[in-house]
Parts: sequence; C-alpha cells; structure tokens
Amino acid sequence: MTTTETLDAADVRLRVAALLAEHDPAAMDRLDFLRARFDAGLAWVHFPVGLGGLDAPRTLQAVADAELDRVGAPTNEPRRIGIGLGMAAPTILRFGTTEQKARFLRPLWTGEEVWCQLFSEPGAGSDLAAAATRAVPDGDDWILNGQKVWTSGAHSARWAILLARTDPDLPKHAGLSYFVCDMTAPGVDVRPLRQITGEAEFNEVFLTDVRIPDAHRLGAVGQGWQVAQTTLMNERVAIGGQAAPRESGMLGVVAGTWRTHPEQRTHELHDRLLKLWVDAEATRMAGERLRQQLAVGSPGPEGSAMKLAFARLSQALSGLEVELLGEAGLRYDDWTMRRPDLVDFTAREAGYRYLRAKGNSIEGGTSEILRNIIAERVLGLPSEPRVDKDIPWKDLPR
Amino acid sequence: MTIDLLYSDIEEALRASVADLLADRSGPTRVLATIESDQPCDLALWDTLGGQLGVAALLVPEKFGGVGGSAREAAVVAEELGRAVAPVPFLGSAVLATTALVACAAADPLAALASGDLTAALAVPLAMMPGDPFPDTVRATAGRLTGHVRTVADAAVAGLLVVPAIGPDGPALYSVSSDGVTVTPVTALDRTRGIADVTLAGAPGTLLAGPDLAPTALDEALTTGAGVLASEQLGVAQWCLDTTVRHVKERYQFGRAVGSFQALKHRLADVWLELVTARAAARYAADALAGASDVAVAVSVAQAYCSAVAVHAAEEAVQLHGGIGMTWEHPAHLFLKRAKSSEIALGTPGRHRARLAGLVDLPGPVA
Repeated sequence: MTTTETLDAADVRLRVAALLAEHDPAAMDRLDFLRARFDAGLAWVHFPVGLGGLDAPRTLQAVADAELDRVGAPTNEPRRIGIGLGMAAPTILRFGTTEQKARFLRPLWTGEEVWCQLFSEPGAGSDLAAAATRAVPDGDDWILNGQKVWTSGAHSARWAILLARTDPDLPKHAGLSYFVCDMTAPGVDVRPLRQITGEAEFNEVFLTDVRIPDAHRLGAVGQGWQVAQTTLMNERVAIGGQAAPRESGMLGVVAGTWRTHPEQRTHELHDRLLKLWVDAEATRMAGERLRQQLAVGSPGPEGSAMKLAFARLSQALSGLEVELLGEAGLRYDDWTMRRPDLVDFTAREAGYRYLRAKGNSIEGGTSEILRNIIAERVLGLPSEPRVDKDIPWKDLPR
Repeated sequence: MTIDLLYSDIEEALRASVADLLADRSGPTRVLATIESDQPCDLALWDTLGGQLGVAALLVPEKFGGVGGSAREAAVVAEELGRAVAPVPFLGSAVLATTALVACAAADPLAALASGDLTAALAVPLAMMPGDPFPDTVRATAGRLTGHVRTVADAAVAGLLVVPAIGPDGPALYSVSSDGVTVTPVTALDRTRGIADVTLAGAPGTLLAGPDLAPTALDEALTTGAGVLASEQLGVAQWCLDTTVRHVKERYQFGRAVGSFQALKHRLADVWLELVTARAAARYAADALAGASDVAVAVSVAQAYCSAVAVHAAEEAVQLHGGIGMTWEHPAHLFLKRAKSSEIALGTPGRHRARLAGLVDLPGPVA
C-alpha cells in the first residue's frame, strides 16, 4: 500500500488507460464495465485498494472521472444511487467488517444494489435518537419491529441502513444499534407516502418481525448513534458540497424563464432576481471553497452551512419563478400520484419546483436543527437544554 | 482556469504579522481616541504598516521598488484592517491611488509610495464605482487643473493626488501635489476612514495618462478597490460576529447565558453562514483580480454580497449587545459606521446588482 501513497494525476491517467485497454466500454455490458472499473480502483480513488479505490487523495477522482467521461464510458448514475454512495458507503467503510465491505461496496457502487435509509420515524424526526423501532436478539439474528418514514427510494432499494433500539433501559443515545436491512426480507412492507407535490418520492416502511442476521450489524451493539453521525455528516456534505457551474440548478431554470419571458418582467421581480443571483453565485463559491477545504481534510460543520444556504435559495428562487410566470403560474403540470426514482427539478414545471423545494429545509436535518448545530459546534454557544439525556429511553414522555 | 479560494501559507503569514501589529497598536480604545484627536488618521501606525511591514508596497511592481504582490495579498491585509477598523489610508493610498499609478507606469511616485515616504489618494468620490462615466468635475488647461471633487477617501493625509480631469484631448489622469490644492476634511459618518472635499484652483499637474489610457487606468483602480474592499467588509463582519458571540456567552439574564436562547443562537448562526459565504465571494474576487479572469462579475458579486453582510453583522452586533451596544464607549458603533459607509463606497449593492444585470444577461423590464 505504501507504493500508492504517492499517486498523482499521471498515475491515475495511466490506470484509466490500462482499464480501457482491457475493457472497451463501447463493446461490453455496462455493468461489466462498471465492475471492472471498480476492480481497477477507479470507482472512488480515496477508498482502500481492493474496495474500489487506490488509497489516493480524494481530489484525484476528478481526474479519473474526466478521463472516462471523455471516452464516453458509462457512469454508475450517481444521482440515482445517492443514498448508497453518499451515506451508506462511507459508513460501511468506517464501521463495516472485512466481510461487510467485501459484500456490499461493489454492487453499491455499480448501482446493481440500490440503498435506502431507515432512520426517521413518526415519533423521531429531528430527535432521531428517540427512535423506537425495536431490535431484539434471537440466536444469531435480531428481530425487528417498528415503523420508519420519509424513506426515499425504499420501493426500489435492495438494502437499507437502519437505526434501531437494542436497549430501552439505557438513555436514548446509548441504546441504539445500526443495521443493514434486506428490503426483500419477509415482514418489510413499503407503502408510498404521498406528498404535497402529488407524487410519492418517499415511503413509510413497516417492519413486522423482520429478521436481520447479526452479521449485518454495523458497529458495536449500543454504538448506533455514533455510526449514524458518520452517515449524517456525509449526507449534509453530499447534499450541499458539490461543485457546480455558474447558473446551474434552480437559478439556471429561473434565469432561463426570465430571459425567455420579457413580457413578464417587472422592476420588483428584477431586483429580487438579481439579489438571488448574487446569493446563488456567492453560495456556489462557498460550496467550491468547502470542496477545496475538503480536499485537504474531512467533512465538518460547514456542510451544514451549505445545506442551509441551498434550502433558502431553492425556496426563494422557485417561489420567484411561479410569480414570474404570472397567469401561467396558476397552472400545475400533473397531480398524478407517481413513484419517481430520483428528484429532477428540471423535468417538471414551476409549481412542482416550488412545492418540492419546501422539503429542502426539512429533509436531511431541518434548517432549525442545522442552526442549532452551527451555533453549538461552530460558535460554541450553550447547548439546548436536554432534559431527556440521562433518563432511560423507556421512561421518556411520548 | 483554476480558482483558488483558500489562503496560502504566505498569505497567512502576512495576515499574522498585520494582525499582531494591530492587536498591539490599534485596539478599539486606541482607535476611538485617535478618531477624536486632532489627527484622526493614525499616521504612526501607517508608518509602521506601510513602511516597515511593507503593505504600502504590496501592489507596487518590483520594477518600481515594490513587492509585486497581487490583490490576494492586499485582500488579506484589508481583512485585518477591517477587523480592527484601523484608521489608516490603505484603501485610498495603497490600493486606489497605487493601482491607478501602476496602470500609468508612473515610476517616481510609485517608488516613493513603496518606500512609505509618500501617501497618495485617488481624487474621485468614494461612492464612485467601476463602470461609472469618467468624472468631468475637474478641467485641465495647459497643465493646470481647476474643479471640485467631493468625498475623496484618505485625501487629508495624501501628499499626492491622482486626479481624473478632462484635458484638451479628453479624459486624462494627472498627478497633483497636495500643496497646491485645498483639501477640506468632511465630518464623516465613519470617522475611521477619512474623507475630504478637494478643490483645485489652477493647481499644477503632471500628465499621467491621456484619453487612450486614463479611462481604463481609472476603472482598474476602482475595480481593484472594490474587490479589496469586499475583504475589508469581511473583516468588519468577522469582528462583529466574534465579539457578539463572546458577549452572549458572558452575558447572563434570567439565570442563563443569553447565548443559550435559541432566538439568539439562530440569528448568530445566520450571520456565520453569511460570513462563510462572504469569505468565498471575497476570496473569489481577490483571486479573479490576481488572475485577471472573470473580474467584473467576481468583483460586483463580492461587493453586492459582502457590503450587505458587513452591515447585517454590525447591526446584529449592536442589537445583541443590548444597551451596551448603543454606547459610545463600546466599539460596536465604529464597526456599524464603517460597515454602513462601506456599503456606499465604490458602489452600493444595488448599483453592483444593476451592473451585473448587464454583465450576466438578465435585462430589466422592457420599457
């Protein structure tokens, strides 16, 4: 492994060339190519050798991606498997056993196996550590019972990362454990949860006597909260930390509408649009700066900052767009209940964008919780009173 | 084109030396005393900063006896000066006037500026911004200048004025010794940055640039000034946040630190988020200036964003300090006044947004 510590961009290019020499993406099955890419260590170069990586600096991934993109190699469609890539994978890498890493990471990265997240519950949203789904040991297995909610993609997922209570006699943070749940196991019941947009991107997942082998536990019994922290820190980075070109995302959509609808322009809308343009551009730079910091370190609370900024911007921009459309803003494209595999703001119309953006300040940590995190972890202000932290979970009022 | 939004080791070292000096020589009590004295500009401090630490020579190319630094380093200095609201003519002399003189390749004054022997000012209203029409309030005839320029930054301590004037051939830049002009200090909202009205009555000037060069040289100076000012505003906001966070941790009411109340925590978290964003915008402007790429958009975004952040941070500082924030004794007002004045300096946020509308193709309503 010492030989790879000094890898540079030229080495990565050589490895890409070697991969392409052996595997012509135009002449082979897409999944076979992705598997070969994983085995060549070019999936996520900062991962260990043998697990899709080269133990190389994270920044070199862009080199591999660009080289493969240039020859039109297939991708693993990262947006479709964001939960697996952004949340499950870093957690498995950090806490998984050798067997777990070998079993899960390759099909996760290629997209053969889609992942979802079973964390939130009807009674445990912002207060995730209050999760009530019970896991009771039974021989070499655990038996799970409970209800999870806000699960994106549960209907197409093969695996889930799951937080469950293994000891109700301990205070809430201490009695949790973290599991990998087979979504095809008996007793897993996925039901669509229709949202304000009309579609059902999320699900409720009911768990009734679901059997999970102890070999699918991530981290120690009782360590679930610490394991979940790794997942959540990566989620905030995954949501907020991507480098993007100018006027990408929601801003690009609204700016495009502005340019193509001169008849709808007013001075008041112009002022607001320009303010938001500046905010979005400054926020894009902040995201880029965070990315540059991450290249030399690891995710910190700045990820929370980006998510907070993104939520505010996307809501303001999408609201502006509906107004800008005037009479056309009274229409809605389609209320049909669907179950989309991924959220695509640009594939729908302004009303959808406006409604869907409301979720941006709720999903993955509400903006209010993120402000608490910033105030406490970054600014060092006193913590919120935690009246429940030393009480056995089973005795908490609910 | 690679963007670098981080601080290099050299930039951090420069920051540390400026910050150390300011901590030692320009604490809030000292600033307050200085601005109420007969000489509201701290010339002794400027002598050390400009001459000994070399910040006056930062933007002067080596061939003219300077350091040959870029806007990236100047921005780091500006951040620290903003964090201390230091009453020194860095913006007016070492940035605005110096950049104009560099664009005109004016070797003699640049050598004197770099050595710290001379301080200069760019004789334009501080509210002027890049892209504004060339000023026509001063006329030049046979090398003599006549006219009036209001609210010129750092003019009162300048030995040399760089004066835009309309000469026989059109727009021109002249260097004028302050001996021959009347400089009347203005009672300013922000007393930590001196402004003065300048009257020229047949003052002898040396031609620096004629119509082919003067407009671009002036615009370059204003653009660099606006970009560097964004970092100064970042420094102002940083002091406001740091000081307010410290205060709400120490201030007890209702038996608890007031910083434990969520209403205050969330407001300070929002200011912090604005600062994170302002830092990126200001760094991008500095980096763009240094690399001469995407300059106009980067500078106007930084000005539009950082101006508002500095004002917001300063207003929150006054409010969250409660009664003490309203007193003359507490330095919060110095930062509020600097923030509010800087919002106007080198273009208001609204004017920079209006300029962006043209730069990024977002035209207003059809007439």
